[in-house]
Amino acid sequence: MIALQHYLVLGALLFAISVIGIVMNRKNLIVLLMAIELMLLAVNMNFVAFAHALGDLSGQVFVFFILTVAAAESAIGLAILVALFRNLRSIHVDDLGSLKG
Amino acid sequence: MSLPVVLFWFYGAVLIGAALAVVLVRNPVHAALFLVLSFFTAAALWLLLYAEFLALTLVLVYVGAVMVLFLFVVMMLDIDLVRLRAGFWRSLPIALLVGVLMAAEMIALLLRSSSGPGAVSAPAADYSNTRALGEVLYTDYVFPFEIAAVILLVAIIAAIALTLRQRKETKYQNPSAQLAVHAGDRLKIVKLASETTVTREAPKGEGAA
Repeated sequence: MIALQHYLVLGALLFAISVIGIVMNRKNLIVLLMAIELMLLAVNMNFVAFAHALGDLSGQVFVFFILTVAAAESAIGLAILVALFRNLRSIHVDDLGSLKG
Repeated sequence: MSLPVVLFWFYGAVLIGAALAVVLVRNPVHAALFLVLSFFTAAALWLLLYAEFLALTLVLVYVGAVMVLFLFVVMMLDIDLVRLRAGFWRSLPIALLVGVLMAAEMIALLLRSSSGPGAVSAPAADYSNTRALGEVLYTDYVFPFEIAAVILLVAIIAAIALTLRQRKETKYQNPSAQLAVHAGDRLKIVKLASETTVTREAPKGEGAA
């Protein structure tokens, strides 16, 4: 039988994998964006599992809004990436220090 | 084991493997393709939870739109992989420490709480997830729904504004200048006195010939 915990553990594992990906791919902006998408997927997995287990549709509505915002975020992120690559001919994170922050 | 349980373990294993491949694989194009696989598998898992509308939305929106966008961008950019991968495995210990610790904490908490909602049960036969979601979305959540639409509009405008550029060598139209023009700026009407008689001199050399 599949319990709620199974889905939650799966979401936790997915989240941890994407955290590992963010730490390891610090130089690569594209894979960083992909790891953020994976993280949002893990959160959505938890929302859907809870929505089903509790019999409450609000969780699924929340997933709908998260999908909307994530799509907008990745579109803008990729647009920034393209603009960046046009100016610097590189997407290496170490090249992005022009603000000297 | 029943079929849903077998499917859950299979899809879970595929999802974890694909997610690991996304963050570890060398080529960003392969990473994007593994991300497609993980989204697809997650959609299958959501189908097991009877969330069919969201599963189809995930496939349509993510696999169909966002991942195609990712692939376009990855293939368009000329990436220096050697420089990007420098020091990749050097950060493995700290990444593993953070990740494994985080996963262990969350799983320990989850496995301790044995009480709570139990097994996933099937809804009634005439239950439509899409219909129920639509009824909630257009009544209780209509205002957030419209805000989501505005967010998408802002994202469209921002993405276009960020990537649009006007090259010097290409010719383009300026619509506001086109609309602001009047007929008087373009067309000049000149009054000319009408002439009635045309005097025409005979060519001089004809009489001699």
